[in-house]
Amino acid sequence: MLAEAMALSAVLFGIGIVGVLTRRNAIIIFMCVELMLNAVNLSFIAFAQYYGMGGQVLVLLVMTVAAAEAAVGLAIIISLFRHQKTVDLQNINLLKG
Amino acid sequence: MGQHLPLFYQFHFYLFGVLAIVSALTFITRKSPVASALWLVVTLFAIAAEYVLLNAQFIGALQIIVYAGAIMVVFLFVIMLLNLGDPKEFVEIRGTGAKLLAGLTGLAVIAEVGFLSIVGLPSTEHVVEFGYMDNLVVQYGAVGALAKPLFRDYVLAFELTAILLLIAMIGAVVIGRKRSPDAS
Repeated sequence: MLAEAMALSAVLFGIGIVGVLTRRNAIIIFMCVELMLNAVNLSFIAFAQYYGMGGQVLVLLVMTVAAAEAAVGLAIIISLFRHQKTVDLQNINLLKG
Repeated sequence: MGQHLPLFYQFHFYLFGVLAIVSALTFITRKSPVASALWLVVTLFAIAAEYVLLNAQFIGALQIIVYAGAIMVVFLFVIMLLNLGDPKEFVEIRGTGAKLLAGLTGLAVIAEVGFLSIVGLPSTEHVVEFGYMDNLVVQYGAVGALAKPLFRDYVLAFELTAILLLIAMIGAVVIGRKRSPDAS
């Protein structure tokens, strides 16, 4: 099952990357990042079957980091919306040279 | 790995795998953010089922509670608060060039992992014997099997995540706070 789980993980990660690159809504891009984190978690779980419990513990820690990231990221998006009145990344070009 | 798993197991592995891929594709192509978020919930459920099939029952339950339950509800709350439910608010998806570039990048990542699996995944022969995880779960229970290494070998990382969560909580409050106009 390792190869199949790795393939599924790779496909989900690829879909996440395509989402990040094609969408312009900041919230959806953020959700795509969550999808990529989940894809990596899946490969950790698949490897844990062969290398012991360490992989599953790591997934637990990744979930915690993802929760923290979601809290801070959504706060940033709310703050951004308050200043710019949009979450369309095309219109947010403060750092453009 | 040479062992043949029961057909029941394999069937559900592929079923939830296809469900995850299809719902993920639907997720990145929906125009409305709310529809996107709900399709992502379907993807997360399918991944949780894969976790259960891969002998990570407790992680599967956590996935549903934490991801599909808590995190996605927070996303939906933000969509609601910012009133972003209307898909016509801006031209959403980028032009053809960006789409092509994105597709190529996605394919490149998938091809990379495919190439790795041809060259050879790390050896699974002599690491832990087949059925090791099943025995562990039978012996300690799904939670106990995970709790033992978490509170013994990885206790420092566990404690650090507590600090991380505290920092994230303070950060979210400070960043999301509305500044009063007279404060300098």
